[in-house]
Amino acid sequence: MLQILSPSGDVDSAGLPDLSSERMVELYRSMLTVRTMDTRMLALQRQGRIGFYGTCKGQEAATVGSGAAMTADDWVFPALREGAVLLMRGYPLEKVMGQLVGCSLDPTHGRQMPCHFSSREHNFVTLSSVIGTQISQAMGAAWASKIKGDGNAVIGYMGDGATSSTDFHCALTFAAVHKVPCVFFCQNNQWAISVPFEKQTASDGIAGKAPAYGLPGVQVDGNDVLAVYAATKEAAERARNGDGPTLIEAVTFRLEGHSSSDDPTRYRDEAVVAEWRARDPIARFRNFLELEGLVTEALDCDIQDEVKASVDAAIVVAEKAPPPEIDTLFTDVYAQVPHLLKEQRDDLLAHEHSDRENEGAFPL
Amino acid sequence: MPELTMVQAVNHALRDEMRADDEVVVLGEDVGLNGGVFRCTADLFEEFGEDRVIDTPLSESGIIGAAIGMAMYGLRPVPEIQFSDFIWPAFDQITSELAKMRYRSAGQFTCPLVIRTPYGGGIRGGHYHSQSPEAYFTHTPGLVVVVPSDPYDAKGLLRSAIQSEDPVLFLEPKRIYRSPKMEVPDDDYTVEIGKAAVRREGTDFTITCYGAMVPVALEACKKAAEKGWEGEVLDLRTLLPLDTDALIDSVTKTGRMLVLQEAPKFCGYGSELCAIVAEKAIDVLEAPIKRVAGFDVPFPYTLEHVYMPHADRVLRGIEEMMDY
Repeated sequence: MLQILSPSGDVDSAGLPDLSSERMVELYRSMLTVRTMDTRMLALQRQGRIGFYGTCKGQEAATVGSGAAMTADDWVFPALREGAVLLMRGYPLEKVMGQLVGCSLDPTHGRQMPCHFSSREHNFVTLSSVIGTQISQAMGAAWASKIKGDGNAVIGYMGDGATSSTDFHCALTFAAVHKVPCVFFCQNNQWAISVPFEKQTASDGIAGKAPAYGLPGVQVDGNDVLAVYAATKEAAERARNGDGPTLIEAVTFRLEGHSSSDDPTRYRDEAVVAEWRARDPIARFRNFLELEGLVTEALDCDIQDEVKASVDAAIVVAEKAPPPEIDTLFTDVYAQVPHLLKEQRDDLLAHEHSDRENEGAFPL
Repeated sequence: MPELTMVQAVNHALRDEMRADDEVVVLGEDVGLNGGVFRCTADLFEEFGEDRVIDTPLSESGIIGAAIGMAMYGLRPVPEIQFSDFIWPAFDQITSELAKMRYRSAGQFTCPLVIRTPYGGGIRGGHYHSQSPEAYFTHTPGLVVVVPSDPYDAKGLLRSAIQSEDPVLFLEPKRIYRSPKMEVPDDDYTVEIGKAAVRREGTDFTITCYGAMVPVALEACKKAAEKGWEGEVLDLRTLLPLDTDALIDSVTKTGRMLVLQEAPKFCGYGSELCAIVAEKAIDVLEAPIKRVAGFDVPFPYTLEHVYMPHADRVLRGIEEMMDY
């Protein structure tokens, strides 16, 4: 397993990836931002202010390290826990909150559950809740990039559960045969809701499956942001050089439940969770940065305060914003609204006021 | 003007669109060197090369998943599913992903692609080379479902489908793949998606149909004419979105409606046509609507000719309506 930072944050400097001090602090800031945001959003969900939330907690190194290794032109096919990659690409917090609240600030008109972001401008592809489907799509987009010859790479994220899906199998099969520039990134967080890794597969890991498909597999310490960055960077370079796809398995741990709807104390041993809590990826990176003299406790407080303040400000704005226009129920099904759908829309709009009285009758 | 089969017309549509637009690529099982098991992609590999005429591994889900990614990224893929009976592994990609991509991204990501697939019975293909799956897909908002019934339309509709910004399921009735031939222009005409065609004018009853049931409807009308009843044949051509006006206009004119499909009857596509007419025009009906369809059984091999609706069975339906 590739590891650069020891659990205490020590490092053999010969193995350090080529990252400036500023860039390292930036990665740290991103990790702390997503942690702070997750904590805040989970609290807001508990207060009933957003309907659902899935955290990245415990997986910040895997998400941020891999996201940072791709360029802005590279396409991202996320799974549930990669919203931080979108933030790192400069997506505004107000739109994030708009999506989480489901108000008119959401560019996708509140059409999906929280955490299902989409931004063409940031090459961050809309995700569904269906497990694994994005893996084949990432392969197809990478294939298109190869056909166009534009020199980009594509990263397709998945959890360990998704490696049991049809799409994992066909995506890796197709990608290797046609040498498409795709990085398949598996966040092996050990749990698919309540099903532990050993009940997901009898393989001793995910990376080991890759050679059978004819592509390299790399297992990396998913709580080591520098190792994740280095592995992803190398895979992206292989892709760009025409050497085809790579499967990366980031071994990490889901510290929270699957989502805000899940109670993990029902199915897993708190002692194991505590073990992984002690291997916190943020603490590990902070130890390293402190040893290097790059961060201080004061900076930590500043980042957390900043994030809390900006999240709170954005949530106020999102909660004040009106819901999406009723008309948005009917747009974007097709390029043009078809005749029968127009009829349904016109009929509804004629009765809009009485229907609005029923708002909130079906809470999530 | 050359006389072409539907297979050749499909082939010419693909060839012409690939010549006109470098973003059009064809992918699927055996579509490359082999030119497709029905020869629909013949000679394309030689003309456009392996980057644009792609033999894929054998996975329908992978083919459609790949095509979705390609389309989002800016290509115009035309994946082929070798038989529509094999489309089910891709059902998830088609209904959960393809159909919803524009909606869930509010138009940020779109999938202009055409899934071509031969469908329907009449070739002694048994359970798994004969079915008519249209109703599973017409129940899915976001998809366009097109069924040509002759070579001219096959070429014109396929060209429209490839140029369309919406994802299209293009169902090719393989019973009439190789016969009859008809004159098909070499120029770049298209046939508009979303418009039905009246194939025979009549005043006494309307038969709604599509694909390989159109010639069956025409034959039944010929027999009915011998009894003095003039039937109108409405070839829907696009099942979703439906040309509702053409349907209501025809039924209003004739006052009787026979819904013809080869798929099983219960919850079939034709049932929706009945519902629309019942909602919008029940007062014009002079007789109960009659459905003539495949039976509610898996598609049979030896007794295929009994299962498939034929002109005499349609004629019995016409008689019931006219004698009401």
